[in-house]
Amino acid sequence: MLRPARTCCLQIDRVSQMALLEFTDRGIYCRRADVYIDPWKPVDRALITHGHADHARPGHGAYLSTEAAAPVIRLRLGDIALQTVQFGETRTINGVSVSFHPAGHIPGSAQIRIEYKGEVWVVSGDYKVTPDNLSETFEPVRCNAFISECTFGLPVFKWRPQVDVLSDINSWWRDNAADGRTSVLGAYSLGKAQRLLAGIDDGIGPIFTHGAVENTNAVLRSQGLSLPQTTQVTDEQQKKDYAGALVIAPPGALGSNWMRRFPKASTGFASGWMALRGVRRRRAVDRGFVLSDHCDWTELNEAIAATGAERIYVTHGYTEIFRRWLEERGYDARIVETEFRGDDLEEPAEGERTSA
Amino acid sequence: MRDFAELFTALDRTTKTTVKVAALSEFFKAASDDDKLWTIALLSHRRPRRTVNTTMLREWAAEAAGIPLWLFEEAYPVVGDLAETIALVLPEHGDAKDVSLSEWINLIVGLSSVEEDERKQAVTNAWRRLDRVECFLFNKLITGGFRVGVSQKLMSRALSKATGIDEAVIAHRLMGDWTPQNTTYDDLILSGDVNDDHSRPYPFCLAYAVEDDVDALGEPADWLAERKWDGIRGQVIVRNGEVFVWSRGEELVTDRFPEFHALAELLPDGTVLDGEILPWRDGRPMDFQSLQTRIGRKTVGKKLLKDAPVILMAYDVMEDRGVDIREIPFETRRARLEEIVADAAAPVLHLSPMLEFDDWQSLSAEREQSRAHASEGLMLKRRSSVYHTGRRKGDWFKWKVDPMTVDAVMIYAQRGHGRRANLYTDFTFAVWKDGELVPFTKAYSGLTDAEFNEITNWVRRNTLERFGPVRRVTPVLVFEIAFEGIQNSKRHKSGIALRFPRMRRWRRDKPADEAGTIEELFGFLEANAG
Ligand SMILES: [Zn+2]
Ligand SMILES: [Zn+2]
Repeated sequence: MLRPARTCCLQIDRVSQMALLEFTDRGIYCRRADVYIDPWKPVDRALITHGHADHARPGHGAYLSTEAAAPVIRLRLGDIALQTVQFGETRTINGVSVSFHPAGHIPGSAQIRIEYKGEVWVVSGDYKVTPDNLSETFEPVRCNAFISECTFGLPVFKWRPQVDVLSDINSWWRDNAADGRTSVLGAYSLGKAQRLLAGIDDGIGPIFTHGAVENTNAVLRSQGLSLPQTTQVTDEQQKKDYAGALVIAPPGALGSNWMRRFPKASTGFASGWMALRGVRRRRAVDRGFVLSDHCDWTELNEAIAATGAERIYVTHGYTEIFRRWLEERGYDARIVETEFRGDDLEEPAEGERTSA
Repeated sequence: MRDFAELFTALDRTTKTTVKVAALSEFFKAASDDDKLWTIALLSHRRPRRTVNTTMLREWAAEAAGIPLWLFEEAYPVVGDLAETIALVLPEHGDAKDVSLSEWINLIVGLSSVEEDERKQAVTNAWRRLDRVECFLFNKLITGGFRVGVSQKLMSRALSKATGIDEAVIAHRLMGDWTPQNTTYDDLILSGDVNDDHSRPYPFCLAYAVEDDVDALGEPADWLAERKWDGIRGQVIVRNGEVFVWSRGEELVTDRFPEFHALAELLPDGTVLDGEILPWRDGRPMDFQSLQTRIGRKTVGKKLLKDAPVILMAYDVMEDRGVDIREIPFETRRARLEEIVADAAAPVLHLSPMLEFDDWQSLSAEREQSRAHASEGLMLKRRSSVYHTGRRKGDWFKWKVDPMTVDAVMIYAQRGHGRRANLYTDFTFAVWKDGELVPFTKAYSGLTDAEFNEITNWVRRNTLERFGPVRRVTPVLVFEIAFEGIQNSKRHKSGIALRFPRMRRWRRDKPADEAGTIEELFGFLEANAG
């Protein structure tokens, strides 16, 4: 349906005076449509890939996102002027066709496709190609230019199948439960937490959640996502209620006073960064589970190849290294310097606030 | 090696000593004697002789992973460990028949006598047979450096649990100059006759830091105080007419300190002293750099001996005329030490002076004088204390002086490693000299992740120039730099070198033109010269 990238080269050259997307100090900008994508400074019109705090920021005049991403964005940004579209539905803005396509990163997350006179650019946002049984499965979109995150763009990052990691988490929980310990698992409150909830064996014991996780759960449940039963941790519960339970909390809560209510606890953290021993050790948790909402090295390379794009802009992560690698593979590869950074890079990341 | 890999995973996963001891003692109960001996060796920093250099390892790994060498080299600093980087880039394997730890080690040791082609064959074959953890461990056997947080104390406890032999006896047996090639598990642990190795040192007694108020230590009269010397902790042994010098890192360093060889005749046979090896001239310690040059050399030439002569500042005695006296009170040992030092009358043997004090307040005033005596604070030892094996709370304390500080301007920023590879965390700092900023130190620790995040954003927006990974930034951010020592240095443009510099805090309140000056730093130098 989309023509191969090669025939579009001439068109790209012709419009190079004014590229379809530009990189400004407010974010990625489409001048023809006068919209920004995931801008980090206030703008009039913003297209939002997903609700993580480094992509959906407050202060814009008008927002456009997928319908599936909207409730969480509202939860986080409050009363904003937000319009929604369905995945695959095309909006035309000043003659530019704009559509959202599943990115597989978290429920509702999208890649944004921009087309003008046959030239197609795709902004990946954050993405993950392997299905997780929760998010809408990633769909490759053919394009001329692809703006790709590369959070884990190094050949040392290679994920094991989700089912294996979940089985490790289940045995960890089961062993702890047998000893009467509480299993406290750190996971970002939007996305990772629900992915874990949807995948673990909820027959092992009761599941408790930190308030930040539970707020997101409530929103996603109301959208029809099926999650096991969870109870929010409050001051009502007694210490003995937590024996053998699994508690899912944002990473920041793990090192805080909030942990005092679990007298006998084993701690775990689920993140792609747990692939590195040094990071696991600095984290000072009992167990690191390698589970990421981003592509690993192999997946990034395959996803980029599947777009058919000749020009790749890399952002979020090991951009300089990944750019050079892509160039050696024959791509016209460039770096986009952005002010947003990879999801798991910061602590707390994704705007987690443990008090939320 | 599956059992060793499981042990490693168990140790690596926990910070709880009870869990570590349990995992180790289970392993010691089940493993073969050869595997046990090698495990003890590896966890106490002994490793097989290196037979493959790391340049080759990197090339072979990149080739086996199907990536260019430059990409491997870029990934390495992010991971921060060569053995791990290799294990991560290689395709995962590992359903082959299990080969034991000592068999793999024998294979590695055997590589010394074969051609490079065959070596490469052997190593890449091994990579294909091992799963990810085993592959990491195999690489560690080649490169060395297992850091799994197993102290000698912990290992002694586990061995004691597995064998029923007293913990302190095991700790002593683990000391000394053994390698898995010159002993067996039986000889070392089970029947280990401590007296058959004349060089065998005692486990060092270690001190805790005074955390809160020194008053909490109780009656001043129960305590003895001396200076905390800033050299190398050393144990000098005279047995059978021979001298052995051990460093705290359990390294036999006798050859590096010929000054002490004469003690064979001056000290009675069967004497073991604990003290600080210090570079010494004109009745006071020289700066630490002089000692660094001594530690760096295996052979010590005449010039070095003249430029950086050392002494032993003795502060304890553990063996007297062949008798282990670690169990008698410190006060009594000290009295005996004074006699031994006086009788020896050796110019290289000094007695660490006792500090007189009636109350904590006067001792505190003495502590303030530490830098003038080229020391880093005080040592407090309970009069009645035995010479403990390792660290035991309650009897020995170090009471350090507060660090020196200067406010400095950040002028260069470089990215960190590992999780911080995307953040700017390594900075170069400058102070003012005649209206110009002169760089004087680097520092990379001391700030929170949130601060590093903020600075990284700032660096991106305030870069003036790039040199590879380094960025020159607008000189406006000011940080308080703390450090433990300062000295003249010809190697540094500023003319000074700091010891243990780190960022103490970000001085957001201070504009760059109010940062410190080079004169301030030279002021510390003069003050310390006492
Ligand atoms: Zn995200
Ligand atoms: Zn992101």
